[in-house]
Amino acid sequence: MSAILDILASASFWAAALRIATPLMFGVLGALICERSGVLNLGIEGIFTAGAMAGWLAVHLGADLWTGVLAAALTGAVFGLLLALLTVPLGLSQHVAGIGVTLLATSLAYFTYRVVLPTASTPPRIEPFGPVRLPVLSDLPFLGPALFSQTPLTFLALTLFGLVAFVLYRTPLGLAIRAAGENPAAVEAQGLDVHLVRIGAVVTGSAVMALGGAFLTMSAFNAFFFEMTGGRGWICIALTVFASWRPGKALLGAILFGAFDAFQLRLQHEVAGAVPSQVFLMLPYLLSIAALCLVARRADYPKALMIPYVKGQR
Amino acid sequence: MIRFEPRTGISPARSMGLRLLAVAAALALAAIPLGVAGAPILPAYAAMLQGAAGSVFALTETLARATPLIFTGLSAAIAFRARLYNIGAEGQLYLGALAAVAVGSGAVAGPPALLVPLVLLAAAAAGAALMLGPTFLKGRFGVDEVVTTLLLNFVVLLFIQMMLEGPFKDPMGGGWPQSEPILPEAALPPLVERMRLHAGLPIGIVLCLLAHVLISRTVLGLRIRAVGENPAASAYAGIPVLRTLLTVGAVSGALAGLAGASEVAGLKGNLTADLSRGFGYAGIVVAMIAGLQPLAVVPAALLVAGVFVGADTMSRSHGVSSYIADLIVALALLCVLVAGLFVRFKVRWERA
Repeated sequence: MSAILDILASASFWAAALRIATPLMFGVLGALICERSGVLNLGIEGIFTAGAMAGWLAVHLGADLWTGVLAAALTGAVFGLLLALLTVPLGLSQHVAGIGVTLLATSLAYFTYRVVLPTASTPPRIEPFGPVRLPVLSDLPFLGPALFSQTPLTFLALTLFGLVAFVLYRTPLGLAIRAAGENPAAVEAQGLDVHLVRIGAVVTGSAVMALGGAFLTMSAFNAFFFEMTGGRGWICIALTVFASWRPGKALLGAILFGAFDAFQLRLQHEVAGAVPSQVFLMLPYLLSIAALCLVARRADYPKALMIPYVKGQR
Repeated sequence: MIRFEPRTGISPARSMGLRLLAVAAALALAAIPLGVAGAPILPAYAAMLQGAAGSVFALTETLARATPLIFTGLSAAIAFRARLYNIGAEGQLYLGALAAVAVGSGAVAGPPALLVPLVLLAAAAAGAALMLGPTFLKGRFGVDEVVTTLLLNFVVLLFIQMMLEGPFKDPMGGGWPQSEPILPEAALPPLVERMRLHAGLPIGIVLCLLAHVLISRTVLGLRIRAVGENPAASAYAGIPVLRTLLTVGAVSGALAGLAGASEVAGLKGNLTADLSRGFGYAGIVVAMIAGLQPLAVVPAALLVAGVFVGADTMSRSHGVSSYIADLIVALALLCVLVAGLFVRFKVRWERA
């Protein structure tokens, strides 16, 4: 028991929790933007992989880190546009189109990796983002190492949460996005184009998701590995439901999830040998399923989620 | 402006033609990354065709690769008919394979007439059991089955690794995480001596025929189609929606589980954690190319298997990564999805 308390009381634990939560923050925020407009984006897992690949590749080829981040976001936007065109004007199954985009983005990322590095067995490293040192804040006891020793992408994720929450709830654009997901006919009655609103939301959301992938290759690790996203995208889709499509709850959910994952990693270390490591590795996925079931009964889905909109039809 | 006018009658020939056209479009689109990678496009595709169907050996390889895809493709086709999006075939395949080695590698002794059906039944039961949870959660609480089945794939693969390092580990395996070999009496016999083709293939084909009869000629098939078309109206018409979904989920999971048994008992001889090269996910593409028609699953599986087997040859002769196969298959899924529009609608372009 005291071992558990020791873990929870250590600054390095909370630093790890935030670090693990960062890709999920990008992913859940991206998924939330898409779903609020009425489109389920199951391309997320592939967009993570493609973003991880694009960011790493740009830096590997000589670009600076922020250009890499931009490359990842643009890659995400391109796959988002593909998904949006298939699901919004063409109104195709969001489930199948999403799985298709995931398969396409993943295989394209792996293929590109093999075009650049045909035979490499150990992936070349890049110099990743280092922790940002903030004056005063980083020197605070406990809080300094726990909260203010993160890489710039974590701060970018937190900033984006604030920005998205503001846009969604305080601007006409946000109202249009939310209405497109709840009552698209009302959006059209306002003289706005539902399809454009949805396409814009999916493209933006996908760009944000891709940043989560970029965090993996440019902050958490310093290279691209096959299957490195490990289902994080699907976990984000579950977290979005768990968060009732609200940015605040989504941020909280991602951090809780990060804390849980950091905790199981440490616990795994404590009981090394006694329990197979796979038991611990399963926990994040099982927790996601449990989270889905927990809220299922009272999930407040956007009412037009997964329903294609045809102009002039009610 | 694009306008979609629903077609009244859907011609099967037109539908099949459009889907084949979509696969051709996927191959054409894949020429772009091939060209970027520096491969000569036509010779590369020629090598692919040669590798997939250029010799008796190539054909048997393609048939052997198509075998698991027939099972997973049929699994997806039946589930998708009821709009039950089972994306968990990968996990169900592995759990089925685990059940197959659990009963087939020495736990039970007996003649092939007893052991082979036992192995198949165990695998089918394991796959079905795994799919019942997500199906129930969808039918009863509206939990999206795509997400739960995808997440379970990761759980099952970790479970398999755990078993292969633990109770299922072969003590004679030289320390590798692999199961004990399937007994010769429990193995699916080869169809041609010294070829990798085995009895899993005819079993898969027979199951496609049975599935065709089930879908088109039985009450259950009618219910499956009705639930897929309109669950609310089905419930109103007195169809037990949840029970139908659970039946479909069990059948779909069982078929994916059989894919695992077919691979370990017919081809590999034991279970390792790299048994499947994405057969579960490729099954979705097979089902879509087949237009969710059980009879069309066999040719669709052959097509997808041909791409995978041919890409290996192309990879060896032209130095292109064999990930090109995954790329072609992903493109085929998206192209077939779009082709479906032209099957169901007249697409008209109009000036606004």
